Amino acid sequence: MTSLSLKDLTKMPVRLASGHRLCAGCAESIIAKQILMGTEDHVIVSGSTGCFEVSTTIFPYTSWNTPYIHTAFGNGAATCAGVETAYAALKRKGKISDTIKFVNFAGDGATYDIGLQALSGAMERGHKMMYVCLNNEAYMNTGIQRSSATGMGASTTTSWAGSMASGKKEFPKDLTAIMVAHNIPYVAQVSPHNWRDTVTKASKGFAADGPSFINAVSPCPRGWRFASEDTISMARLAVETCIWPLYEVVDGQYNLTAESARIADGKAEKKPVLEWIKAQGRFKHLLQDRWEPVVESIQDEVDKRWDKLIRLSKF
Amino acid sequence: MVMANPNDLVVGGRIINPGSSEQFNTGDWRSFVPVVDQDKCIDCMTCWIYCPDNSIVFRDNKMSGIKLTHCKGCGICSKVCPKKAITMKEE
Amino acid sequence: MAMDIAINGDNAVALAWKQIDPDVCAAYPITPQTIIVEKFAEYVANGEVTTEFVCVESEHSALTLCTSSESAGARTFTATASQGLAYMWEMLPITAAMRTPLIMAVANRAVSGPININNDHGDAMSARDCGWLMLFAENVQQAYDISIMAPRIAEHHDIQLPCMVNLDGFILTHAIERMTMVDTADVKKFVGDFKPLYPLLDVKHPVSHGNMDGPDFYYPHKCQSAMAMQKAIDVCEEVFADFAKLTGREYHLLDEYRCDDADFVAVILGSSMGTMKATVDILRENGIKAGCLMPRVFRPWPEAAIAKALAGKKAVAVFDKHLSIGAYGPMFPEIVAACSELDKLPKMYNVIYGLGGADATVAGFKKMMEEVAAGGASKITYLGVKM
Repeated sequence: MTSLSLKDLTKMPVRLASGHRLCAGCAESIIAKQILMGTEDHVIVSGSTGCFEVSTTIFPYTSWNTPYIHTAFGNGAATCAGVETAYAALKRKGKISDTIKFVNFAGDGATYDIGLQALSGAMERGHKMMYVCLNNEAYMNTGIQRSSATGMGASTTTSWAGSMASGKKEFPKDLTAIMVAHNIPYVAQVSPHNWRDTVTKASKGFAADGPSFINAVSPCPRGWRFASEDTISMARLAVETCIWPLYEVVDGQYNLTAESARIADGKAEKKPVLEWIKAQGRFKHLLQDRWEPVVESIQDEVDKRWDKLIRLSKF
Repeated sequence: MVMANPNDLVVGGRIINPGSSEQFNTGDWRSFVPVVDQDKCIDCMTCWIYCPDNSIVFRDNKMSGIKLTHCKGCGICSKVCPKKAITMKEE
Repeated sequence: MAMDIAINGDNAVALAWKQIDPDVCAAYPITPQTIIVEKFAEYVANGEVTTEFVCVESEHSALTLCTSSESAGARTFTATASQGLAYMWEMLPITAAMRTPLIMAVANRAVSGPININNDHGDAMSARDCGWLMLFAENVQQAYDISIMAPRIAEHHDIQLPCMVNLDGFILTHAIERMTMVDTADVKKFVGDFKPLYPLLDVKHPVSHGNMDGPDFYYPHKCQSAMAMQKAIDVCEEVFADFAKLTGREYHLLDEYRCDDADFVAVILGSSMGTMKATVDILRENGIKAGCLMPRVFRPWPEAAIAKALAGKKAVAVFDKHLSIGAYGPMFPEIVAACSELDKLPKMYNVIYGLGGADATVAGFKKMMEEVAAGGASKITYLGVKM
């Protein structure tokens, strides 16, 4: 994969067609496209209820050129696991010969919150499937409500910034670490701005002999309040500020990758979190003097988590 | 509202035409249109990998234009282009 | 070779599925269903089936995994009860709307609260609007037989609906009865190979399952299911007839007992049908022309057969083992509706009984039917409770 080039990628089949109804500038189709470039085998896609699911399968049209299944919101992992189980059964009986990979796409609400139990179960049972979280840090499909993935200080429609409140009060749950704790063969964080890193990680996830989990930061122009043209630069900024470090955990071994590896090696600047905050309308109240302590505590928490990642990746 | 006839529908709400959303023209949503300056374009394909709507057309490793039927005018292509070869014009 | 054995209801269901040898089973333990999955897991451990057996982390995932497995093209079954069925509820109408013909045994048990592990029909009845075929067993033999017939009905290409095989918790699941087994080769031949429609695993023909509908399609898709359900009346009768040819055991949409010349008919579901048959015999000895009937098939609702069976009766008592609190038992309004086009509507009574495992005895049924025959019963009676 070292020679991975865009010219090669153009030869990959188009698995997600145009005409989906994601908002202009939504990162989700960009991420899905890059993830699905991670294998040349057949892929069966499942989806948890959410923006991506709704916008790609509005009857009588589907954007999927692969077999696709959606059942409900909190059970994407079980949905994917069921297809994988059927495959295992029929393959063993010699009823099918194709080599097929399985992937579930889900939002952060469907992953961090309502779908955590089903996800944990599927990972523990060892289904040979990939689970991809399209993490836009809130329930965007229902209108920007906070989830346990929402960043501290973000104003959402259930964690408003107001005269008495600075937006969401809690730091996001470290779901990637929870997935690592399942001791599955492959876990990674990706960002769509670095397609090479994303496609490489997807190919490792698809090749893993067991479950894999990929957490993708998915900038949302509508929910984060930024111009739709800035989606890719916003994803890059998430990595450059260490809000969203790029790393992989292969059989328990942590490796920082791409820009994050360069920041850790001192070859690239670790940008202050304030740049991230200034770039998005959901944080604009934090620029008021009275919320300065909130900005500081966000920076402290990001630093703490980043230092921990560096420690983990040294062993 | 015109109701579908149940007898005409594939059993179980399944859609048996893959990629059929291409018949749905999200290009109607657009208020800004990307315009390519082919003199500046170096066919690096950066716009292609980031386009959320598969609207960048490549033929024989050359960028041959932007297909507007599904382009929602998000402007990502214009922003990521290293040569500033794509500008957004109001429609 | 057909053989008589002594077996409880749960083990009989597991035995039927061992003989069918499905591709996939995903299940979660819950009393009084647990013996089914325990026994099936034993078959898996000993290589007596070729099934992929998945121990999921919840019933929600059990039904999800079974639904997508069936959509993928694998013959799939599961089993549950009570809170498990309640936890599955979100998936029940989805499984049906996606037209995935998987089979689920339901060991009928009261639904919390208060928490109670004993039998009533609160679990199945709360799921009756979800679009599943629902068949009920009166005894262990029937639980076994219906388990063998269910895939034929559900998987029929004109039907393609999931099916619940209901058997009363403890009364049937845990009680050992004598039963005649069907030869395994005959079971396999009767059930046949699974021929899925639009399986996901057919990667050369990509199909999208579980899509989003606006009202212009949602409503017609619901009607499509209703049409299949209607068609299932005929398919049930076809499959019952084939099964009778194989085993000599006859099944019908309704199990009617001494109804032909009866003046007073009790309508009842599940194992209590046996109790009611004994009651009817005693009532007849005492000069009361009683009969009873059980809808073998509850969904689709065999309305025409019910109307025919109840035509000309003086009174009908509908015994419900569940209560829609604030209204009636769930079968009562449906029986009334089934009879609504009769020239003369029989006098209609609703009897709620046996909730949470409360006694359902010949003595209680007899006293109730005597009141019905005398015209002295209330429109709704909570049998055995002083209110």
